[in-house]
This record gives sequence, structure tokens and C-alpha cells, in this order.
Amino acid sequence: MSLIPRDRSAHPPALDPGYKTSVTRSPNLPLLALDSSITEETGPTFGHGLIGPLDNNLILNWTRGESPAIGERILLHGRVLDENARPVPNTLVEIWQANAGGRYRHVKDSYFAPLDPNFGGCGRTLTDEQGYYQFLTIRPGAYPWPNRGNDWRPMHIHMSIFGHAFAQRLITQLYFEGDPLIALCPIAATVKDRGQLEALVAPLDMAASRPMDFLAYKFDVVLRGTRQTFFENRKDGM
Amino acid sequence: MTQPLNRLRETASQTGGPYVHIGCIPSFAGLAGIYPEDLGLRAIGDNPKGEVIEITGSVLDGTGMALRDAMIESWQPDAAGVFPGQPGADPEVNGFCRFAADGETGEFRLRTVKPGAVPWPDGRMQAPHIALWIVARGINIGLQTRIYFDDEDNGADPLLGRIEHRERVETLIAKRTGPGAYRFDIRLQGPGETVFLDM
Repeated sequence: MSLIPRDRSAHPPALDPGYKTSVTRSPNLPLLALDSSITEETGPTFGHGLIGPLDNNLILNWTRGESPAIGERILLHGRVLDENARPVPNTLVEIWQANAGGRYRHVKDSYFAPLDPNFGGCGRTLTDEQGYYQFLTIRPGAYPWPNRGNDWRPMHIHMSIFGHAFAQRLITQLYFEGDPLIALCPIAATVKDRGQLEALVAPLDMAASRPMDFLAYKFDVVLRGTRQTFFENRKDGM
Repeated sequence: MTQPLNRLRETASQTGGPYVHIGCIPSFAGLAGIYPEDLGLRAIGDNPKGEVIEITGSVLDGTGMALRDAMIESWQPDAAGVFPGQPGADPEVNGFCRFAADGETGEFRLRTVKPGAVPWPDGRMQAPHIALWIVARGINIGLQTRIYFDDEDNGADPLLGRIEHRERVETLIAKRTGPGAYRFDIRLQGPGETVFLDM
């Protein structure tokens, strides 16, 4: 059950000078490519006991249900699948984001847009048996960052997904349909394959929205799959 | 025309960014209390079998400066080489741990047990090792590497044996600095660059 080797062309290169911090944080030497072993093919599991009732509700989880966060109320939902198009059930999905004004609740964020006293900015959930997840949150604002003279991040939500093997670990960012800042963003532009970048843009999903309550955006995630052949571990040709 | 493969492409990675702690180690970011406890806070319980060790180090960029915003995850088996979830695994070993470089000094610290050996796909044994996954601002896709130990016999390890430039093997080997203490620095770029894996 070894993992399908990663198609590196699906991902950003380590070095992309348009994203300045990558210049000194990218390896110069090639990666050592090997078949996966048990170390990469196993990974942590997390039980439902971990998840509190409001953990996937960022509108209410910082205040424990007392007062809602300010901003555009949205449902963020989708499925986690693998490259074989099979659902990845019971896997942990974590998100984090800025508030409606583009301010993060982090000791190192000093942007002068104010914190929302009713918004923390992180959430987590487990996918169900069909690989489906959902979060209720507010749509994050764009914010400026020190890169080139006047760079602004598009509205985005960071997402971390575990899968069932340590080498399936993935962190990505999802963007929102129609945001004109996506085309200007050096971090979005690290994804060189146009189809791969489009796959990071969550479409508006009116059918999943709730009238007079929230809009919805859909975001599916694909993790690495496993090879399953009768010839695994039979190195007859070697 | 050919038949369609009906495969999906893996979702593109993006950097974890400077505020990765909000989602992954919220109490480190200033969100203490949003969850009862941060996930992966401890690699081990109070009474694991085997030798309890502490590994300290830094993640250094191409100029030699320590990253102060890196987050690392580790995954390993127990002292007998059994991964959590497998039959007979030590219940006091979580196997998984998350830790951040210190916001001022850039030092990280991993307290765990010395792992046992596990097999390579062809049945040969691998030397004891801990898998690491490193994310940070400026890192577009998480970097995979491994920690081996300088007081173990690493001579027959199948992975280390595949490193063509033999002087680079040293970059994966933690140095014992005292009883149960090891040093493991990760150099992202330049002289002494750590071997990163694509597995």
C-alpha cells in the first residue's frame, strides 16, 4: 500500500522570487526521492472525543456561543478525497483565518485593522464517512503584507488536512470566487499550473446557503492516494 | 482516443504563513483556551517504555538565521518500533507531536522516547528515526526529513544508504550532547543543507 509518488508539478516550486521569503527558505539541492515506508504510510488518528460542539463554528467558538463575530456569515464545506477519487473519512481538518477586517489574532500581527472581540479565527472538525466537512465562519478580509511595495493578500482561509498517512500531510489556502486580488498575489502565483490554482478558488454555492442566514462556498481537497497492486513488495525485476 | 484515467490531482500546497500557529498551536499564537488543549502537545505520556530523550535545535535559513515562525510535526513508533494504532503499541506513546520554534530565539524542543527500528518495504530494518514535517512562512510545500541518532548503528539503513553524497548523511544525524539530550539543527539552504525527502 505504498503512497503514489507526489506529482511535484501539481505544487509550487520551493523557490519563487516573487514571494520574497522563499528566497532564503528554499533548499538548493534536490529532494531525495524514495518509495514510502511504514514511517510515511502510517499517521496519527484523532477521535471524535477531541472535537468540541463549537469547534467548527468560528462565528461562536471564541465566545463559546455568547456573541457572534462580525462579518459576512458563510458556510465553508466540501469533501476530502484522494487521488483515486475515494473519500477520506474521519480525518482532521483545521482552518485559520483573519477576521472580517483582515486582522489576525496572533501576537505578531500588528496591522491596525482592529481585532473583533468576538472572533478567534481557528476551527477544526473531522470528515464524516463520506469525507465531508463543514465550517461556519465569517468571510475574512484582505490584508497588506510586506513583500513588494504594495502587496495585499486576497481573502483566504488556511487549511490543514491530515489524511491517514504522515506523508499525506497538506497545508493549503483557499480563495474566494471572483476576488480580483487573486491575480495579483505572489503567493497564489507560486502555483504555476493554472488548473491547480483554479482548484484553490472556492465557488459560491447558493444551493448550500441558508436563506436569511448565511451564504456558502464549496471547497474540495485532494490528498495523495495509495497504489494497490498485487505486485507490491515483489521486486522480481530487481 | 484513450480511456480516461479518472484520477484526481493532489490539491496544490500553499505556505502555512507566519500565523500557522493560530490554526495548529493556538495557545502559542495567543488563543489559549479556545480548545481544552492544543493538539499534539506531547509525543509521550508520563510513563512510556524506553529511554526518554529531548531533542533541541533550530531551523536555519540560507543566511544562517534561525526561523522564529517555523512549525514542526514529528511522527515515530514506540521504543519497540511499533506505531500507535498497531497491535501491541505502547499506550504511553502518542507518536505525533507538534512544536514551534521559539518566537524570540528560534529554538525548538521535542521531548519523546528513542524510537525502535522499523522495517523497510523489502524487509530490511531501518535504523531508529523520527520523521519530521516542517512548515513556515516562505516554505511553499512542507519539507519532509528524518532525525537519526549518532549513538545508533546507522550503517545499514536503506534510506541513508541511498544518499549519494556521503558527507550529507551527517545532516540527518542528531548529536548526543548529554544524558538523553540531542542536538538537531535543520539547514534549509546552503552549506550543510539538510537532506529533504520526497517519499
